[in-house]
Amino acid sequence: MSIPLLSTLIFFPVLGGLSLLIVPRQQIATIRLMALLISLIEFLLCLPALLLFDKTTYLMQFQEHHPWIKALNINYALGIDGISVLFLLLTALIIVLSILVSWESITHKVQEFFVALLVLEGAMMGVFCATDFFLFYIFWEAMLIPMFLIIGVWGGPKRIYATVKFFLYTLVGSLLMLVGIILLYQNGGHTFDILQLAGQPYSLKLQLILFWAFFAAFAVKVPMWPVHTWLPDAHTEAPAAGSVILAGVLIKMGAYGFLRFSLPILPDATQQMLLPMLILSVIAIVYGAIICLAQTDLKRLIAYSSVSHMGFVTLGLFALNQRGLEGGILQMINHGVVTGALFLAIGMIYERTHTREIVAYGGLASTMPVFAGFFLLFTLAAVGLPGTNGFIGEFLILLGGFERLPWTAVIAASGLILGAWYMLWLYQRIFFNEIKESMRGLVELNLREILTLLPMVLLIFWIGLYPNALLGFLHVSVGHLLDQVNGVGLAGTLLVPGLIPPP
Amino acid sequence: MPASLLAIPLLPLASFVLTLLLGKRWGTRAHWLPIITVLISFGCALAAFFRVRSGEIINQDIYIWIQSGNLTVSFGFLVDQLTAVMLIVVTSISALVHIYSVGYMKGEDGYYRFFAYLSLFTFSMLMLVLGNNFLQLFFGWEAVGLSSYLLIGFYYEKKSAADAGKKAFIVNRFGDFGFILGLFLIFTQFGSLHYQEVFSRVGALDGQTISLFGSQINLATMIALLLFCGAIGKSAQIPLHIWLPDAMEGPTPVSALIHAATMVTAGVFLVARCNPIFALSPFALNLITVLGAVTALFAATIALVQTDIKRVVAYSTVSQLAYMFIGCGVGAYSAGIFHLFTHAFFKALLFLGCGSVILGMHHEQDVRSMGGLKPYMPITYWTFLLASLSISGVPGLAGFFSKDEILLMAFNTELGAGKFAWAIGTLVAFMTAFYSFRLFFLIFHGEFRGTDHQRHHLQESPLVVTGPLMLLAVGAVTAGWFGIPAILGGDNHWAHFLEPVLGHPHIHVSGTVEALLMGGSILAGVCGIALAFYMYRLKPHLPTLLAERMAFVHRLLSNKYYIDELYNNVLIQPTLAFSRRVLLRIVDIGCIEGVVNGIPRSIGVLSEKMRRIQDGQVSHYLAWMGGGALVLIVVLLARI
Repeated sequence: MSIPLLSTLIFFPVLGGLSLLIVPRQQIATIRLMALLISLIEFLLCLPALLLFDKTTYLMQFQEHHPWIKALNINYALGIDGISVLFLLLTALIIVLSILVSWESITHKVQEFFVALLVLEGAMMGVFCATDFFLFYIFWEAMLIPMFLIIGVWGGPKRIYATVKFFLYTLVGSLLMLVGIILLYQNGGHTFDILQLAGQPYSLKLQLILFWAFFAAFAVKVPMWPVHTWLPDAHTEAPAAGSVILAGVLIKMGAYGFLRFSLPILPDATQQMLLPMLILSVIAIVYGAIICLAQTDLKRLIAYSSVSHMGFVTLGLFALNQRGLEGGILQMINHGVVTGALFLAIGMIYERTHTREIVAYGGLASTMPVFAGFFLLFTLAAVGLPGTNGFIGEFLILLGGFERLPWTAVIAASGLILGAWYMLWLYQRIFFNEIKESMRGLVELNLREILTLLPMVLLIFWIGLYPNALLGFLHVSVGHLLDQVNGVGLAGTLLVPGLIPPP
Repeated sequence: MPASLLAIPLLPLASFVLTLLLGKRWGTRAHWLPIITVLISFGCALAAFFRVRSGEIINQDIYIWIQSGNLTVSFGFLVDQLTAVMLIVVTSISALVHIYSVGYMKGEDGYYRFFAYLSLFTFSMLMLVLGNNFLQLFFGWEAVGLSSYLLIGFYYEKKSAADAGKKAFIVNRFGDFGFILGLFLIFTQFGSLHYQEVFSRVGALDGQTISLFGSQINLATMIALLLFCGAIGKSAQIPLHIWLPDAMEGPTPVSALIHAATMVTAGVFLVARCNPIFALSPFALNLITVLGAVTALFAATIALVQTDIKRVVAYSTVSQLAYMFIGCGVGAYSAGIFHLFTHAFFKALLFLGCGSVILGMHHEQDVRSMGGLKPYMPITYWTFLLASLSISGVPGLAGFFSKDEILLMAFNTELGAGKFAWAIGTLVAFMTAFYSFRLFFLIFHGEFRGTDHQRHHLQESPLVVTGPLMLLAVGAVTAGWFGIPAILGGDNHWAHFLEPVLGHPHIHVSGTVEALLMGGSILAGVCGIALAFYMYRLKPHLPTLLAERMAFVHRLLSNKYYIDELYNNVLIQPTLAFSRRVLLRIVDIGCIEGVVNGIPRSIGVLSEKMRRIQDGQVSHYLAWMGGGALVLIVVLLARI
């Protein structure tokens, strides 16, 4: 490739974002429009990555490789495979929609807000493209700064508490990961190259240490039970765009980390830790769903439902079979689309009512029928109705889990009942029943808002009815990942700890 | 694949999308597109039926839906005898209900929305019956659930309606929970979810076991029972029957189409479709039979005392669905489907008749405010009478043939539960006739008990309403003539037509026994009608007297055995309390947040204390230095 596509994807939004600073800060309209344009161009730039992507190989594509810090063998190395390619598009889409939903809701420090958003986009792209662990870590941390700002500056009344909590949680995790990275560097032949680090015979003890070090970072991000409590606070306090990005992309980073590092680099430890991981996933599914029933705050409810849905994702990943992994990855996209859409919708309604209390709502189907229709679709996708994307993901995950350990699927499937319960109950309380006086005279969605939600609707049905369009990207890469985890040659002995030969 | 086949579900789908998007503009003409599309679908379904009759079976994939590893699931159609029958039932009843709704829903808010949802339902139900694999069945299964949710909650500003819609969806999810696990088991065993591949190798299940909680369970039994969970939910059998009576919150045409004639029979269709699996498990079949018998009796007893006319018919539906399950349970799947077929007509007629009465009574549904409607609503009266006679099993009418076939097969079977089901079934036939005619007499005969205002406005419904009633009445009379048994000079054409898919059990009983059984069920029906006549025409004070004498029983039945209250107190409230009190307060806020907020706080407290060490007092520093040196010396000395 003559044009470094991935570098462009990373630095175009960053430079674009910084270029907003040139515009005089009073010209809000220009700034918004520029930000939207930049994000749209970025979205279009992702398309070549998708269209030119070779689905028949698991090798990294669109690779870029430049020495960076030679003394430590750190490289600026980029590349994408079937596992990461879809997330580029998701990220770009989520940012476009986040800008649209912030159009009128962000009224102070508008310029800074859009700069933060676009810089964040660049960093997130970097996380998905990096094939050097050190570079990954840089992007991983870089991504947090604009996110803190988005919650801390433009958030709700308790934003400082939420930001500090988010910061501390992720910092503790990240630091442990950094220690892990250094350990890995020392034991893996003094390289940070992810491909070289994988497939090396680390001792089981080292693998286990590294697994838990990485776990600290990734599990917090997912978030897995019991390190999920930052998420409800962060979501409720974040502005709409912040919640959308958080749900849409940011919390996918944890699951992506498991896929990119824990599974291929630490196969033996992964096999060993399968049961605890599956148990934590199942707990998250049921716990997150039941606790949704106790929520009185719209955004908190959706935040807890994310815990439940991400439990499905990790269940799929640690089912460690083709269907579980493909379902898990697909469900990451699905959750980004559906929960992203729900937060977009909640942002729109919050702009009108300025309350997140569920009891304040009621009867909105009469005043805002179009909005009610959109929200119903998102609700149905969230409860995994066949025909929507949510079903495909959950079905593959449950089937994968069933093939791994049947009881995990049995318990997880109860999430289908609970999910219907809390989502339809929420829907009823907002849209049905007698209309509340304070809800009369609400203005129906305008064209901008409809256009914001429409792409999500299309994705819900497109993935729901023709999931192969996405699954096709995954088959080969997931197959290769499975080969790596199952350690071709050692297969079958790995689940028995005593039989692993010392390195 | 013939385009006419694709058109069957796709036309209603197109109608749904267009009507939903544009219907508001069409105003009072919004019904045209849905009606025309469903009529064309009906035509295509007839064509498909005759193609099947001429021996052409279609099993074709349209496109691959999901592929992952060795899992490949398509959208595809299987049109065989069973599907052909279902297509006719669904499209014909749906078309009639569409037309009826023009009159019934006239002037309602959301007129277009109602018709759009009807189209969505028709599409979903057709996808359900047309699928050639389990996952497409599940697709249709959930989609009819969605349509049902939307239509039950059509008057969403009424909390009871919104509650009922939600309840229907969630209760069905309990059934789906088992259903989907059944699909997983099928897939892990056969590596496919397509009917043909599964059923052609179904023999491999025989004798296999699966360990569950340490005990070995027959695999076929396990799969059959898990699938049956889904059927219990959708077809409202004990213990998941609770949603169906509440579903009467929906507009009456919906009750007729979805909650009587078509959707609720999907569970029966599922069992019939999967008959090769069920046939492997006598245990599952016995269980279905017993559950069917118990549900039939249970629902019939509740129907005896209900006063809301739609609820009477709703419990009657639960009871009749149970009959169909008895048929399937004793291995006579074609008898079950036969009853499904005839029931679709007479039950849709009963519901639509109720709807006509409700229209005439200005949305009064309480039977205690009715009475003496016969002269005002002659067409409704006569069609309602035919439907009631049909459901009561009066010889010659549709219900007689199918019910009789089921009772015969129950008696005939070698399965242990057969005789039990036969006895209960005959008793329920008596009760069915009784409560049906109780309803009939209370509505149409005796004194009018409503307000003067209601009486003043009493009139027959318009032709658009009575037309479908008359057409359905034809069905309620003649639908059974397709399956006249040999003993009455017929050749049971029905069973022979479905035999390639559903098989046909051998009949052991002699002609005499068969005739006796038939006489028994006729007698039961006639006695039921006679008792209703006696109690509600001759001695109208008797029912009240009985209710007072047996106050406890009456209260128990009126309150539907308190099952809703039981679930609320045992399942719903404890879960909510657990969520609030345990998970949120104790685990989340107490434990996890305690640790998360506690660590930074304790670091803060610790550092506050550590800070005191550096207080700027030289004497304190000296003391610390001396102490430290002392410790060092001690340690060093200790090592020597």
